Amino acid sequence: MPVPEVAQDAASAAPPHPESPAPGGTPPPRPASPAELFWAFTRLALQGFGGVLPVAQRELVERRRWLAKQEFVELLSVAQVLPGPNIVNLSLMIGDRFFGARGAFASLAGMLAAPLIVVLAAAAVYAELARHPLVAGALRGMGAVAAGLILATGIKLVGTLKQSALGRELAFGLAALTVLLVAVLHWPLLWVLGCLGPLAMVLAWRRSKP
Amino acid sequence: MSLPASDLLGLFGHFLVLSLLAVGGGITTAPDMHRYLVLERGWLSDAQFTTSIALAQAAPGPNILFVAVLGWNVAGAAGAATTMLGMLLPSTTLALWATRWRHQRRDTRGVRAFTEGMTPITVGLLLATGWILSEPSRHDLGAVAMVLLTVGVMLKTRLSPMWMVAAGAVVGMAGWV
Repeated sequence: MPVPEVAQDAASAAPPHPESPAPGGTPPPRPASPAELFWAFTRLALQGFGGVLPVAQRELVERRRWLAKQEFVELLSVAQVLPGPNIVNLSLMIGDRFFGARGAFASLAGMLAAPLIVVLAAAAVYAELARHPLVAGALRGMGAVAAGLILATGIKLVGTLKQSALGRELAFGLAALTVLLVAVLHWPLLWVLGCLGPLAMVLAWRRSKP
Repeated sequence: MSLPASDLLGLFGHFLVLSLLAVGGGITTAPDMHRYLVLERGWLSDAQFTTSIALAQAAPGPNILFVAVLGWNVAGAAGAATTMLGMLLPSTTLALWATRWRHQRRDTRGVRAFTEGMTPITVGLLLATGWILSEPSRHDLGAVAMVLLTVGVMLKTRLSPMWMVAAGAVVGMAGWV
């Protein structure tokens, strides 16, 4: 992926400091305006094939240095807990941190507007081409990969349950029960979250007794 | 490709609720979208549902845009606007409010209990989603192999998902799945 000039300008404007800025030295770089936020998020969203998060980390933390690694992880953990797409929540929070509500909406719009046009154009073209065997075949293959990508993400996250405050067995049991209710018994999500959510939180609350 | 206003309103309401239930990312609500759009309403077929998600994942940008593609396939541009707005309004409002609220009480016991309690459920939802998405692939040996290959590659290598999506397209065009 070629590097547009915007990023190079941003990088050359900031002094080339190592890992962290010198104590009492130059303040960490920040976006100059909501418009800069908008373009930065548009750029990283358009690079995100099959997931924006790794690109966001590289762009915002490593290249532009608007956030320290630690801040990024903190915001991400909150974004993950909240309902809604993680990366959308994350962009809102980062925008809000720099320019309040205006910044939040600038990053959100940057994250969604251009990719939305691309994906709807693809959907419209697909409707035209749907009967073409090559396109149908490609999408069937991509569907298999999409299922595999989600399964792999789930399997990777199973590992995090080992450190759960609930205890290993209980955490694995709750995850397995969720799979059973949703994938096998086809329970509506509202019932699953409404029944298991409060139960799990009460269990976690009791285990974390200070 | 068009729905009466009352159906659009129902669609909007359903996605408003799903927005607040989408703990762990939008994709965890896909099973419920499948239940509503395919099983209950019959607005989309199984294959349409899965390819909508595949299309959004193949395209650049947040995967949540699969919601717009689903809406598009149900009722064109009006459908896409309905599902996307429904999906985003509640969660973004809440996220904005919560990020400010959090600054005061990030390490309290209640917040930690919420995180620790919800994690296993979120992991379970992701696995269930993968299972439901593999539904059209499970009747074909080549497609099953492709699902398993993808899982293996994602777990064992640092290859970008972009390449697996491309490989899936090529394998599908060659007629192997």
